[in-house]
Amino acid sequence: MSLALSTFASAKEASVALNEGGAHYLGGGTLVVRAVNEGDIAITGYVRTTDPALTKIDVSGQRARIGASATMASIARCLELETIWRAAKAVGGPAIRNMATVGGNLFAPAPYGDFTVALLALGATVHCADADLSIDDFLADRDNSSGRGIVTAVSFDIPAADSFRFLKVSRVKPKGVSVLSIATIIDTDAQGVVANARIGLGCMADRPIRARAAEAALKGQPLTKDGIAQAVAVIGEGTDPITDPIASGWYRGEVLPVHFSRLLLS
Amino acid sequence: MARIPVQFRLNGDDRAEFIESGTTLFHALRDTMGDMSPKGGCHQGSCGACSVIIDGELRLSCLTLAETCEGAEIETTAGLGQDGVLHPVQRAILDGFATQCGFCTPGMVMAAKALLDRTPNPSREDVVEAISGNICRCTGYEPIIAAVLAAARSNSQNAG
Ligand SMILES: Cc1cc2nc3c(=O)[nH]c(=O)nc-3n(C[C@H](O)[C@H](O)[C@H](O)COP(=O)(O)OP(=O)(O)OC[C@H]3O[C@@H](n4cnc5c(N)ncnc54)[C@H](O)[C@@H]3O)c2cc1C
Ligand code: FES
Ligand code: FES
Repeated sequence: MSLALSTFASAKEASVALNEGGAHYLGGGTLVVRAVNEGDIAITGYVRTTDPALTKIDVSGQRARIGASATMASIARCLELETIWRAAKAVGGPAIRNMATVGGNLFAPAPYGDFTVALLALGATVHCADADLSIDDFLADRDNSSGRGIVTAVSFDIPAADSFRFLKVSRVKPKGVSVLSIATIIDTDAQGVVANARIGLGCMADRPIRARAAEAALKGQPLTKDGIAQAVAVIGEGTDPITDPIASGWYRGEVLPVHFSRLLLS
Repeated sequence: MARIPVQFRLNGDDRAEFIESGTTLFHALRDTMGDMSPKGGCHQGSCGACSVIIDGELRLSCLTLAETCEGAEIETTAGLGQDGVLHPVQRAILDGFATQCGFCTPGMVMAAKALLDRTPNPSREDVVEAISGNICRCTGYEPIIAAVLAAARSNSQNAG
């Protein structure tokens, strides 16, 4: 049996309907319709909004604002966002990217959430119908949406091409699910010494997390084998990698420093 | 459950149907509209057998709700051949022995068509990427990749 879909003209109305319980918001449907197809009885219906603002991508100056219903494919076609295309293109195969939204990716449990790993490194702001939150606060409290309404957009400063790095490690190429993913924003001064670093990790917990110990260890160091050694040593600090059919938590933890080091020296 | 009206163009024909709210496009196409060309493999988004093209984009009909397609242009494999002449991708897949049980074929054809519509002269990597969401258990992928590249060549010869 199918579950009814309720459509609203605005994000506010959709948020109110969602708070009445049971129903799930419908983004691209790649996770929520799949869950219904699999017989998830916790989902009692779908809610969506057709507000066109939610599919818009706006770039003004260095600031980008991406509507929650924008798909990974639309991001990967937006010339102004070229520096982060890699992260959008890391999500699934072509059909999935044509459906998968930014809003849905924020809620995707590990091993999914590759684009959110990038948003975490970018220090994005998550705009909800009734509140704006830093992505760190949003992710920490992600499963308790009461009071903030549906996500309407994310915004962030577009990074310089050489400060953003993204790596997705998967077994099946070119579209397999992540063994792990890493995104970094690293600003260096004129001498090549790290002034600031933000590092997002995927599959290292039930949702994307920051690698705060490694961020601190990178500060003041050059991006050389010796300079990054301390950061590589502590990259796994505070992580609790997931185990799934793709890889065990132990394996993910073992290979994280290797891939992190390669990403920094690439 | 209440039935709701949905209108879209399917393979060039205007269609107006009453469907149950929340029905997937896959079920609307097969159960209500009699288009059996999308195949149901996994209903999880993993196999690509149910792929269709919606407003020029490859999508999975098993994860798309029919009512979200109001006003859309939908293409399925059933609509590709014209007047008994196969689409170049269909022809190349047959000629290249790129099908055995044929279960994955409709999805592969739609993935390949979506690629060639945007990228008429794809590289081998483009083809690999384009069909990466479609699983074939029978042929292995080489004959399929070769067939899509052959279809692209025949298209460009016909155009030239
Ligand atoms: C075969 C397959 C392969 C995949 N591969 C990858 C991959 O490689 N990398 C990856 O990161 N993900 C992958 N995914 C997961 C998924 O496609 C993406 O994470 C996608 O971005 C989810 O977005 P969606 O719009 O489809 O979410 P939906 O299924 O629509 O929603 C997911 C959840 O988020 C909630 N939600 C969605 N939008 C909002 C909003 N605006 N406000 C509030 N709540 C919202 C929904 O209620 C639901 O609970 C894959 C999925 C499949 C089926
Ligand atoms: S049936 Fe839709 S992807 Fe498998
Ligand atoms: S030909 Fe049988 S699954 Fe592809």
